[in-house]
Amino acid sequence: MECASREEMSAVQTERLKETVNRIYHNVPSYRQKMQEAGLVPNDIQSLDDLSKLPFSIKTDLRDNYPFGMFTVPMSEIVRIHASSGTTGKPIVVGYTRKDLNTWAEIVTRSLCMAGVHREDIVQVAYGYGLFTGGLGLHYGCENLGASVIPISGGNTDKQIQLMQDFGTTVLACTPSYSLFIAEEMEAKGIKKENLKLRIGVFGAEPWTENMRKEIESKLGIKAIDIYGLSEIMGPGVSCECEHQAGMHINEDHFIPEIIDSVTLQPLPAGEIGELVFTTITKEGFPLIRYRTRDLTRLNYEKCACGRTLVRMEKCKGRSDDMLIIRGVNVFPSQIESVLLEMSETAPHYLLIVDREGNLDTLKVMVEVQEQFFSDEIKQLEALRKKITHKLQSILGISVDVKLVEPKTIERTAGKAKRVIDNRNL
Amino acid sequence: MTIKQLSVFLENKTGRLNEVTQILGNAGINMSAFSVADTSEFGILRMIVSDPGKALSILKEAEFSVRLTDVICLNSPNEPGSLAKTLTILSGEGVFIEYLYAYSMDNKSANIVLKPDNIEKCIEVLRKHKLDLVKASEMYKI
Repeated sequence: MECASREEMSAVQTERLKETVNRIYHNVPSYRQKMQEAGLVPNDIQSLDDLSKLPFSIKTDLRDNYPFGMFTVPMSEIVRIHASSGTTGKPIVVGYTRKDLNTWAEIVTRSLCMAGVHREDIVQVAYGYGLFTGGLGLHYGCENLGASVIPISGGNTDKQIQLMQDFGTTVLACTPSYSLFIAEEMEAKGIKKENLKLRIGVFGAEPWTENMRKEIESKLGIKAIDIYGLSEIMGPGVSCECEHQAGMHINEDHFIPEIIDSVTLQPLPAGEIGELVFTTITKEGFPLIRYRTRDLTRLNYEKCACGRTLVRMEKCKGRSDDMLIIRGVNVFPSQIESVLLEMSETAPHYLLIVDREGNLDTLKVMVEVQEQFFSDEIKQLEALRKKITHKLQSILGISVDVKLVEPKTIERTAGKAKRVIDNRNL
Repeated sequence: MTIKQLSVFLENKTGRLNEVTQILGNAGINMSAFSVADTSEFGILRMIVSDPGKALSILKEAEFSVRLTDVICLNSPNEPGSLAKTLTILSGEGVFIEYLYAYSMDNKSANIVLKPDNIEKCIEVLRKHKLDLVKASEMYKI
């Protein structure tokens, strides 16, 4: 499929799209209602051109149907559940059938092959294992390929470096910022890249620049490959760069991409920058039609120097919403707001300051101490600070530095408070 | 017998304390006693002023986080051991003190501003032991 002609690809996509629309229409009441409101029945979808008639799916749909309302198979068919943070409070839940897991492993295997990984490689998977799709997604793809997997998960940098040396790790899979952190720790310990056998890095789950790529490649002496995915669609492996590093090949026989104008919601011609939208066409457990990823990018349908015809997406240029990616974790300002709202009737003004210290992202949250929060006693203010810190950390899943500040400290522009300062220059 | 103490939230930043005192001074409000409690990041300015109600509203207008807290004030002889004596009585009766600060106007006596966990009980104990409580009206005047 990777080198199929456009006609062959379209034929496969059309067949699978029709089947998916049919299944969703009959199994997901909320999407059926959307189609009925648009005056559509499954038979109206006969070609890829008809795709743009279909209603979009958005993150709110997932939250409204929390936790399993958008699964199209009975729970007895679901063999794995993953979750990622939602925009407010509740997480986004995704389910996989046995076949879905096989598909996922297959597309990760394909991605690894594009990156130049083969079965002789020793792959250290330093993405988090758990509800996050990064760790397990890479893991099964590597096993499926026949490479040797070290399922070390994230963190514990000393051990990461030790195993890289002792086991002769050849491929590192983690977030790009963590790879730089590892490189710095190695420098501090006096361990040279020549002492390692690393040759490829498979990095994703957060945005990174070409400059970061150069830095990683020179510090670790590797080829740094960008892998893309989102749990709603599948997880890592939705697309991945090949060794030419000229855009990420989308596994189009499983996910149909579209680029739309995020304001008019109209499809944009190939080559224009807009919001990336995916329709899954092989997923059984949790298929999605026209899911708005909120990632801004553009598509390139030209045949790649590697010979693959799979359409390529550029590195994401930003977001069409206010989501931040901090240490690979999705953070929405509205999550912070909802935590603060739980503690008082009116949400205080707050400001998120995202920074990159060394190579790790830090999140500082400034909260204005307005009357409803102010106590005359230090211990109560300290307790308040701890409570906010604790709640934010448990909801966001990353460490947060909370600072209480005076009212009106946070700058207002046109009456509306600025919510985010991102100093990372991504 | 309770006194309205004005409490203001301050970040540890140059000039913040100055700003509060300027505002109060410009409004003709006198401060008879104050203390600053601080942590590494913020502080609480607590003070007894000539007109607590007015001070509260003008500081609110200037968008400070501010509130009034009930405290009591005790007049104690300005001599070695007198504070210890008072504290022994209070702790003996199970009164917990959140914070206190004191000032002396002359050589004879000192005023101690107290924030107990249970204000009614504290007043009762002090009366029982015939300790000298300062009236609000006297405090605001000083």
